[in-house]
Amino acid sequence: MIKLEHVSKSYSAGIPALNDVNLEIEDGEFVFIVGSSGSGKSTLIKLLLKELEPTEGSIVINGKNLRKIRRRHIPKFRRNIGVVFQDFRLLKDRNVYENIAFAQKVIGQPTKNIKKKVPAMLSMVGLAAKYRSYPKELSGGEQQRVAIARALVNEPSILLADEPTGNLDSNNAWDIMKLLEEIHEHGTTVIVVTHNLDIVKVMKKRVITIQKGVVVSDSKQGDSSYED
Amino acid sequence: MRINTFFYSVGQGLKNIFRNGMFSLASIATMSACIFMFGVFYILIANVNMAVQNVEQGVAITVFFEAGLEESRIKEIGEDIEKRTEVKEIVFISAEEAWDSFKDVYFEGNEDYAEGFTENPLEDFANYEVYLKDVSQQTGLVTYIQNIEGVREVKQSQAVADTLTEFNKILSLVSSGIILILLCVAVFLINNTVAVGISVRKEEIAIMKLIGATDFLVRFPFIVEGIIIGAAGAAIPLGLLFVLYDKIVLYVAEKFSLVGSMMDFVQPQVLFRGLAPVALILGVGIGLFGSMWTIRKHLKV
Ligand SMILES: Nc1ncnc2c1ncn2[C@@H]1O[C@H](COP(=O)(O)OP(=O)(O)OP(=O)(O)O)[C@@H](O)[C@H]1O
Ligand SMILES: [Mg+2]
Repeated sequence: MIKLEHVSKSYSAGIPALNDVNLEIEDGEFVFIVGSSGSGKSTLIKLLLKELEPTEGSIVINGKNLRKIRRRHIPKFRRNIGVVFQDFRLLKDRNVYENIAFAQKVIGQPTKNIKKKVPAMLSMVGLAAKYRSYPKELSGGEQQRVAIARALVNEPSILLADEPTGNLDSNNAWDIMKLLEEIHEHGTTVIVVTHNLDIVKVMKKRVITIQKGVVVSDSKQGDSSYED
Repeated sequence: MRINTFFYSVGQGLKNIFRNGMFSLASIATMSACIFMFGVFYILIANVNMAVQNVEQGVAITVFFEAGLEESRIKEIGEDIEKRTEVKEIVFISAEEAWDSFKDVYFEGNEDYAEGFTENPLEDFANYEVYLKDVSQQTGLVTYIQNIEGVREVKQSQAVADTLTEFNKILSLVSSGIILILLCVAVFLINNTVAVGISVRKEEIAIMKLIGATDFLVRFPFIVEGIIIGAAGAAIPLGLLFVLYDKIVLYVAEKFSLVGSMMDFVQPQVLFRGLAPVALILGVGIGLFGSMWTIRKHLKV
């Protein structure tokens, strides 16, 4: 479970990027986070990854208060959270297989396991045939699939996606969203930041709307008080 | 650390070195120059030191007595000198012995000339040869002996040893200065090499951190890079010096057999048994220091 209590974040003296946010997200939920540009969505994601510290309030993930996680335990904490970005962030000098294997190497998996696990992830995201391609030889949608495979290969319980469809056309966006839903059906908590309100409306999931750092609505059925 | 992690880090470290080849090359070259200079000075100092030791072993004070001094008084003087703590050994040379050894040296092959002397021309040259534990105490001892009653003259042969010791001091100072400057340049270059490596891999490092790589895994490749540069920068000049030194020793021994016998060289094997570990530790140490410093500055994980 993810629980935020009175969380505020200010980058500098000025308007806080997040202001007294209270949220609870249950295990296995699928949540959209929407809001106009600069409303604090990415800041929220960074707080959940412990890339940033809240100025005030507490964040508890799976029973652990992030403020109390020691520096040297951050890597272990992050292995339980997969993350995907708008710009894919793949390693350009490595092919699809190596990009995904990299995530496993980083956490010290033996090669034997990697050789089994990576092809399984690739077929899950539908890229089994392209495992030797380099990122620049792939479409945006395909690159995002690789990024998702990389985020999930270490079997995190939470997947954070910050505008995963921001660079994709509507067909590709839909494919990625369906993939995320599939992942959610396998039991992973999925949190998706998006500007794509069409998709949000159709998918009928929980939608949290943030405006100027404040949660202005939290609805169960795909409604958002925010119009792009 | 897992074996996997270790090989991964070493592999990445090597990759870094090749990826910014020019910087790595410059670093290794500077490091080599630095260690080469260090080696040259080390060799010089070691050899001068040995020369000092050789000279020191032969250094003695010679004590002559006033003409016609009684034998008992000479004995007393000898006992006085022997009591001094800085004295290693004292040998009495009678007038006859002095003349004999003089004849040996100066009339070698023409012993007939010496026959012309019916009386011992060195009648008043009975003396003590006093050997010291440490030449640096010689001046004090000479002053003491000069003030003993019955002593006519004290001769000393410290000058050579003094000059050599002085020379070694200057050599050490100059070499320390030069080496220090070179060390700074080497650290600076390694610093830059690693910094370039870090900036080239910024993206990759950011991803690694998000995936949950430990600080160690992020940093270790750069440390490996520094160590490899340092080790290469030490190994190259060591090999070069070894070959050169061997050649020079042989050459000098052949061409100047006279000098060769007077001024021994430290054996190459003996010399490099001391120099190699020092140079390697120095090289690897600088590499390690340079890379760790850069990591602290540019890699706030
Ligand atoms: N590193 C930073 N330093 C200072 N201010 C920042 C920093 N990052 C974000 N901000 C500010 O914090 C506010 C929230 O930014 P954030 O990136 O969370 O918005 P967002 O909702 O993700 O926007 P977008 O939809 O455009 O991605 C903005 O006003 C932004 O200018
Ligand atoms: Mg954002």
